[in-house]
Amino acid sequence: MAELVAVIASTHHPFYYRASTSTGADRPPFADEWVSKIETFRETLTRARPDVLVMVGSDHFHQLWLDNMPQFLVGKAPVFDANWYNEEREFGLPRMTLQGQEDLSSYILREGLDAGFDLAFSNELRIDHSITCPIITLRPEADLPIVPIYTNIFAPPLPQPKRFVQLGRTIRELVESWPSDQRVAVIGTGHLSLELGGPRQFGPHGPDPEFDRKAVEWIASGDLEGCLSEVTLDSLHAPGNATHGFMDFMLMMGVAGEGKKADHVDSLDLFHTMEAYFTWYPNGVSPA
Amino acid sequence: MSKYLLDKFLYTVDRDPDLVERYRTDPAGCVADWEREYANKLLNCHSGERSTWLTFSDDERAALAGHDHVRLFEMGAHPFLTLTLFIAMFERDHGPLEYQLAYARAMEHISLPYPDIAT
Repeated sequence: MAELVAVIASTHHPFYYRASTSTGADRPPFADEWVSKIETFRETLTRARPDVLVMVGSDHFHQLWLDNMPQFLVGKAPVFDANWYNEEREFGLPRMTLQGQEDLSSYILREGLDAGFDLAFSNELRIDHSITCPIITLRPEADLPIVPIYTNIFAPPLPQPKRFVQLGRTIRELVESWPSDQRVAVIGTGHLSLELGGPRQFGPHGPDPEFDRKAVEWIASGDLEGCLSEVTLDSLHAPGNATHGFMDFMLMMGVAGEGKKADHVDSLDLFHTMEAYFTWYPNGVSPA
Repeated sequence: MSKYLLDKFLYTVDRDPDLVERYRTDPAGCVADWEREYANKLLNCHSGERSTWLTFSDDERAALAGHDHVRLFEMGAHPFLTLTLFIAMFERDHGPLEYQLAYARAMEHISLPYPDIAT
């Protein structure tokens, strides 16, 4: 069977690419510290020596639109083009091309349907920065095949938080039962407190530092019970109007497992939103 | 009132560089043309298929034609779509983060719970 060699949860900050590649007067004062933290985070994936990446993210009204909106969708294609005109325009993100792992996509679709998730699928999916940001931070060579999984954290009505956790648990079971000798890492990105297009946007910190502190603690300690006891679809409005992206972190806690402490925990308090990075090694750390 | 149609306008304009410039320079003309040509276009189908029933209310048309991002927020337009498009149109006229912060200040009077964005 395949081996789950790393579980990684991260924020996805579209400004990282520009901040990390800018020079001189254009380089923001926080760039060096940010790059340093990212390089340390990247090493946690490199050490796991993955062959395949399952990438959990959320389309930001690029290919998925309100006339036909899936709650959970798996991409199955030999190739995924990536990044969109408005992401080049606003964030300076490059166009990218990633290879797909169709056998694992097929397996997750078939077995996921049979496990009680009515997964949508796409055979021609152009992925966006929710998936390319962690490629840029964690695997900039972009040389590993991926299975993209999109969740709807964006266009209500949304699935309940517990459903994200259940999907995370199921993804783990499916990866670990995939008849293959491949080494698989599951990487998912979301948000801590975040406001977009509202009165609390672009403040000196994330809109709710107290939520961020609690969220980092839930994730780092694997406290799914505590997290699920406080987080509801309604409660997530209070920390910031885009905070439902936190449910992708909850999905990743489901992959990592109840009570599982993260092996790597880091964060960076930026303007606008807090960055946070977590890595678990389900079977221990690979020898360096 | 159709939050869906407001979102459809913001979505389709934001993703078309020519429409972004048209909406910046001639908002009323852009909204009128868009409503005639695009409002009923089925986006996820073969070209030429159209719906028959989508129109803006007067308030919605005025909010879009007035570049009134505060009113759009109050109407429940998706704030990510509004922000992304308005940054594309107006960030260029301002210093770093100046536009984004002014955009937020204009909404200071809005408190929780925010308008429902469900479509």
